[in-house]
Amino acid sequence: MRTDLAVIGAGPAGLAAALAAERRGLRVALVDAAPEPGGQFYRQPAPALRAERPQALHHQWRTWTRLRDRLATSRVRLLTEHHVWSVERTPEELIVHALLGPEQEEPAEVRARAVLLATGAYETVLPFPGWTLPGVVTAGGAQAMLKGGLVVPGRTAVVAGTGPLLLPVATGLAAAGVRVGALVESADPGRTLRHAGPLAGKLPEGAGYAARLLRHRVPVLVRHTVLRAHGEGRLTGVTVAALDARGRVRPGTERRLPCDTLAVSHGMLPHTDLAESLGCRLDGLTVAVDAEQRTDVPGVWAAGEATGVGGSGLALAEGHVAGRSIAARLRGAVPDPGQWAPAARARARLRASAGALDAVFAPPAGWAERVTDDTVVCRCEEVTAGAVRAGLALGAGDARTVKLLTRAGMGWCQGRMCGPAVAGLTHRDPTPPRRPFARPVPLGVLARQHEENTDPAPGSGPDLDAGPDSGAGPDLGVASDLGGSPAPDAGPAPDAGPDLGAAPDPGGSPAPGGGPDPDAGPAPHDGPDPHGHHTERGSS
Amino acid sequence: MSEPLTCDVVVVGAGMTGAACALYAARAGLDVTVVDRGPVAGGTTGAGEGNLLVSDKEPGPELRLALLSLRLWADLAQELGREVEYEAKGGLVVAANPETLDALGTFADAQRAAGVTADPVPAGRLHDLEPLLAPGLAGGVHYPQDAQVMPALAAAHLLRASGARLLAGREVTRVLHTPEGTVRGVRTDRGDLHAPAVVNAAGTWGGELAARAGVSLPVLPRRGFVLVTEPLPPRIRHKVYAADYVADVASDSAALQTSPVVEGTAAGPVLIGASRERVGFDRSLSLPAVRALAAGATRLFPFLSGVRAVRTYAGFRPYLPDHLPAIGPDPRMPGLFHACGHEGAGIGLAPGTGLLIAQALTGHPPGLDLTPFRPDRFPPTAQEAEQ
Repeated sequence: MRTDLAVIGAGPAGLAAALAAERRGLRVALVDAAPEPGGQFYRQPAPALRAERPQALHHQWRTWTRLRDRLATSRVRLLTEHHVWSVERTPEELIVHALLGPEQEEPAEVRARAVLLATGAYETVLPFPGWTLPGVVTAGGAQAMLKGGLVVPGRTAVVAGTGPLLLPVATGLAAAGVRVGALVESADPGRTLRHAGPLAGKLPEGAGYAARLLRHRVPVLVRHTVLRAHGEGRLTGVTVAALDARGRVRPGTERRLPCDTLAVSHGMLPHTDLAESLGCRLDGLTVAVDAEQRTDVPGVWAAGEATGVGGSGLALAEGHVAGRSIAARLRGAVPDPGQWAPAARARARLRASAGALDAVFAPPAGWAERVTDDTVVCRCEEVTAGAVRAGLALGAGDARTVKLLTRAGMGWCQGRMCGPAVAGLTHRDPTPPRRPFARPVPLGVLARQHEENTDPAPGSGPDLDAGPDSGAGPDLGVASDLGGSPAPDAGPAPDAGPDLGAAPDPGGSPAPGGGPDPDAGPAPHDGPDPHGHHTERGSS
Repeated sequence: MSEPLTCDVVVVGAGMTGAACALYAARAGLDVTVVDRGPVAGGTTGAGEGNLLVSDKEPGPELRLALLSLRLWADLAQELGREVEYEAKGGLVVAANPETLDALGTFADAQRAAGVTADPVPAGRLHDLEPLLAPGLAGGVHYPQDAQVMPALAAAHLLRASGARLLAGREVTRVLHTPEGTVRGVRTDRGDLHAPAVVNAAGTWGGELAARAGVSLPVLPRRGFVLVTEPLPPRIRHKVYAADYVADVASDSAALQTSPVVEGTAAGPVLIGASRERVGFDRSLSLPAVRALAAGATRLFPFLSGVRAVRTYAGFRPYLPDHLPAIGPDPRMPGLFHACGHEGAGIGLAPGTGLLIAQALTGHPPGLDLTPFRPDRFPPTAQEAEQ
């Protein structure tokens, strides 16, 4: 199909942008891999489950229902179960390449004048001895089970790691009837938050969670870490220990907590694959954008967690700015930033708190040294920490060479799961990975695109000898029908009605993790699926 | 800065060729230091498929070097075969129609005369060798000498076996020489290394290193993409490619060329090459290139249509205008040796190159005539001539 704007990702940023742009007269396609819009943050139970009160598991339910209702009455084309594997830039347009449905075998294309990357973020889990036992799940995965499937992962859980996501996961599990043995946080957020100016707005929210933890009798262990998960074939408990101010284990503080579920998380990483292969400049691990949310590649905007993890409120504000910028730019106009001043103010404030949170919640120093040699680090290729260390001894100086020498990160998830761990074991800061395919793509799909883009081959049968230049010069995107798609835009719509993106709920945005991605890689309890049924990864 | 390090020879480049030079030089009794601006196998070595081929080479100096190298690889496999994932898998070149098969047969006859084992395979026997090949092919030629290694592991393990000192993450900024123009070492961003001999094994950057020595060597990059599939059980037994690959390898065209080259790996994924285009050092994804690779591979092996590509990456083959490497002493600067410009064949040609360099370093007569590989065989560009 052909459209003005293709928005990739139907989470808060993508929804806000799609609605803002549509209201200003653009034809908009909203593309998402999930069966329902909402992204990870507003993940919905499948309708067949007939949830009576899904809002019990969500914050900002009102914001979501307003977005949902506006989407339903808008002319935004919602394309669900579209798994985007690449965005191609041609001289004429941008082409979003997707695979359809759960099988991800049939291709679909969206041709657009502009693309917004609202691809979200995925969860980081650092390895520790025993982390591959069944019963160990990502915190985001546990939350997704609650939100999407209305199922609880176990009967007795420990929630551990670091980051603001742990609080809602612990309270959500407790509210669903799981006994939460402890919330184990390696940072000391209370102490830091009391001294952090930009986080002042977060205190009431933190207090709310604290009250709920208290009500459910969840012990909170700050500046503690899980040293090891125990079990024969299945998780039966964890050993936790206190950390000193430098992140080292305090001897003699180890103790064992029984549990059948360990929900663990060490923060979020932006999905930057599509941006990277489009050639967008990255700023560290995030997509670099200007004040209008434009990347440095013409026609490509980015908003939400892809430009920096900061929660749904920030994503809404950025999406709104992006949608308005795109609407103006595609008309050939220079947008007036005064028009989105409230959103810009919210964005500035929420970015400041996100930065402060990043400083508070960091994996404890020395975590990498505590990973024993026999601990599997890359689950797809079953590479141990010992093998990574051997790779370093062979002359690997960076994560890429470790990958070459050990295969860590070469498997199905392409290092999404083990990237931060390998970087840590290599004593390097994580670098943006290079993943030209944002998800695996059948060779048959690529092959058919080749045939469509080149002259029809005469005759049939294997055509191996079409000459050495048989692959040369496919004409990109000039062959298809230009007149096909209806253009319903009645010009810019009047700017009225509630403006969702401009002012996220004044109480601040809960869950600065913004939406965990439970399937960022193989879930810790089941490993990669050798048959290729590995499913959704973020909202890209 | 600590005391300058002194050794017999500095090898610049910790890729496959540098590792092989270090190994044979060390085994000839020299004290070797290998220096690289990146890690081991950080350049073209880490982006290749690890081909050890005679099948794609026409009779001539490169084929002679390949035959020598394959013998040396077989010896190395005795020591390191498992570590470097050496597989004597053989190659199978197929032709789609009788005309191509005729041309392939003529090519193979000439190779056979030059010492290559090349067994004709009639159409009816192709599927005995590769059961999943497409139907309807005209025939092919089987090359049992073709083999494969995992190139990054090969470079790392040859380096380790050499016992050479490895200085990774150090960039050579200049080749030092005496007022008379004789090499006396290299300057790096972290100190000088003193040695009477320097080997340029810098691959695609070999031209730049030559310039830092004050001589010219026109090494240029030729980009290639490799498509990597999800891991599969062993289904493709040989390195399989279409006969037109040979024409592409020898071509001078700058435009994108692709011819399907398909092989399994010990680790499970199937590797699909080979595209060639001259676009400088542009690493960005080219969908036209990878689509053409997929189309070629699925024509050879229809079952691959349902197999997923999980990644693709670009590498840069270092080539010289006549498609032969530069190997041997540089008459323009005593003490400077070159071992670069092997294009897409560097993994296969590395041991022979390393042995020839070691012979040159120790003053032994070379095992092959080095004349075709002379580093000063190219006329200087107009700009250089002015200087």
